[in-house]
Amino acid sequence: MTDTARAVRRSADEYLRVDRIPHIWCPGCGIGPALGCFIRAIDRAGLDTDKVAVVSGIGCTGRAAGYIRLDSFHTTHGRAIPFATGLKLAKPELKVVVFSGDGDLAAIGGNHLIHAGRRNIDMTVICVNNFNYGMTGGQMGPTTPLGARTSTSPYGNFDPPFNLPQLVAASGAAYVARWTILHVRQLEKAIVDGLTKDGFSFIEVIGPCQSSYGRMNKLGQPVDHLDSYRKRCVVKHEADLRETAIGLGGPIVVGKFVDTRRPTFGDRIDSMLHRAHDQKI
Amino acid sequence: MSQEGIIQGEFFMNGDEACAEGAISAGCRFFAGYPITPATEVAERMSRRLPEVGGTYIQMEDEIASMNAILGASWAGAKAMTSTSGPGFSLMMENLGLGVMLETPCVVVDVQRAGPSTGLPTSVGQGDIMQARWGSHGTYEIIALVPSSPQEMFDLTITAFNLSEKYRVPVLIMSDEVVGHMSEKVVLRAVPPEELVERPRPSVPPEKYLPYQTDGSLVPPMALAGEGYRFHVTGLTHDERGYPAMNAAAQDRLVRRLVDKIRLNRSDIIRYEEAWIDDAEVVVCAYGITSRVARHAVHMARSEGIRAGLLRLITVWPFPEEHVRQLARRTQAFVVPEINYGQIVFEVERCACGQARTALLPHMGGGVHHPEAILEAIREALR
Ligand SMILES: Cc1ncc(C[n+]2csc(CCOP(=O)(O)OP(=O)(O)O)c2C)c(N)n1
Ligand code: SF4
Ligand SMILES: [Mg+2]
Repeated sequence: MTDTARAVRRSADEYLRVDRIPHIWCPGCGIGPALGCFIRAIDRAGLDTDKVAVVSGIGCTGRAAGYIRLDSFHTTHGRAIPFATGLKLAKPELKVVVFSGDGDLAAIGGNHLIHAGRRNIDMTVICVNNFNYGMTGGQMGPTTPLGARTSTSPYGNFDPPFNLPQLVAASGAAYVARWTILHVRQLEKAIVDGLTKDGFSFIEVIGPCQSSYGRMNKLGQPVDHLDSYRKRCVVKHEADLRETAIGLGGPIVVGKFVDTRRPTFGDRIDSMLHRAHDQKI
Repeated sequence: MSQEGIIQGEFFMNGDEACAEGAISAGCRFFAGYPITPATEVAERMSRRLPEVGGTYIQMEDEIASMNAILGASWAGAKAMTSTSGPGFSLMMENLGLGVMLETPCVVVDVQRAGPSTGLPTSVGQGDIMQARWGSHGTYEIIALVPSSPQEMFDLTITAFNLSEKYRVPVLIMSDEVVGHMSEKVVLRAVPPEELVERPRPSVPPEKYLPYQTDGSLVPPMALAGEGYRFHVTGLTHDERGYPAMNAAAQDRLVRRLVDKIRLNRSDIIRYEEAWIDDAEVVVCAYGITSRVARHAVHMARSEGIRAGLLRLITVWPFPEEHVRQLARRTQAFVVPEINYGQIVFEVERCACGQARTALLPHMGGGVHHPEAILEAIREALR
């Protein structure tokens, strides 16, 4: 083991509520690896961890807040982003991270997602996309590929999905990336980027829901499921976002898609305050 | 205007504006809302005033977001408020429950209009009173205050913040369109710091802190985000550590405390006002704008020689059960005028417990009762 690896391993316990382990996630689930990348990214970003707050909604992914030894909030289904917005605006020195699932963020919470992007609120959203609602037993949702089988699309899904990077980029996010849990280093780096970026950063993490989506779509053992990512992924930084839609088969475009600078909501509040002050005198 | 931007003095202003000023005087520094008649003026005033006092206003994408944003802001240490009317109040219900479960101080103003649904957007109603009590799912208790004048919109907003901080619970201000929109003289009095209540705060270091451990007071000390406590809170049933505890024993322990912290402190929380009550044979029980019409009707009854009295509810929740029980023993009848088809009347009837007759005088909304109608109901009650 190298020194760095040892240092990171030591610090992992620092960031976890070890008294809550074992966790609830199934063997072969992608959420744990995503959380691992997040923890290492926090460590690498060198943040004052007393000032980091993690907010989750509801779902298997939403349980992440409960395992992180930082100020952490497990809120209601879909509402992590507006809760996090209140935290951030009332205490701007906080670094606010939303860690939640695709159903939570893009279905019931979809409206909040696009509005937070529009405002360019300074927060980092990590969205674990497992193409279904894991917690409730694997129903289809707004990220389920056409044709995929889920417990509520027994004849194959006919309800077209969102292309999340395109949606979030169009709404105004300053940073948008997508990786799978196989891309450990790139994902970790993307989360560091997000944490240190001013403005709204969105990182989509493709990971398996082995127990539902994987089983129902006959993706094999967890290792086969991961192997399919290896075969399907195409790294394309700054890709044309019309190409980042995900089908049942075919390529999964991954990479850093958006990395721009535009005024954050906090910046705009500050300039409004200056204007208000000037008008008074 | 004083140095910190707090406005003092006598003004002619409407109830919504007075509510905003009350919030600012109470220390509210965060407001998230979504426009809706007849509550919009609260948001408008806050958008102008909060920047003057170092606070933050944000117009959210809907009322669900507004409710969550004030919860987040409260956990960052701000006194936070939102305002709405029926349709938005309905949207807030799930996360009002989150506020109750996380024990988050905050204030929610409902300037009631006539429903159901879009109903009469610009006209008065009092149809959300039971929703205030039971609107979110599960077992809980809530505090709801009902102002009857612009002056009370100022004063009770301060009371609402104080109660929410003291008991760590969302407090509802159940106003109505007439009180929100009417303009009257309002005294924006100086509110000394010692009048303002602040949430209980931990006195132990982070290693010793358990988010939901109480010292027998029923209200646990509240750490804030960014202070190094590294706490976890969840809307799931949880133990003293704030960790999910998925069993009936933990549910019993938690929910009992959430309810008891309000129930057992009733006498501190409940507020009402009475007039001509000592020898009253018939008591009119009313709240909000209706209590002002009722006062007039009771006065008319007195000048006819009828021994009528007025019980004006200031807190509808918790309901002053014990007091109504006592009144029922010495009066013959209650008359309950309200701008709905019967809500608080059920509480009065329950507490009267057959000892005094109870009559509802409903109004479906879009206007207030005619004093003559209440007078006639008083006469009728004694026949
Ligand atoms: C208002 C509301 N509706 C429905 C649910 C039930 N529910 C719990 S988790 C969930 C889906 C979670 O899916 P996702 O966000 O993708 O997370 P995953 O479990 O896949 O990680 C649903 C529908 C709920 N808790 N609240
Ligand atoms: S149900 Fe799916 S998403 Fe949930 S823990 Fe199991 S594998 Fe993971
Ligand atoms: Mg999912």
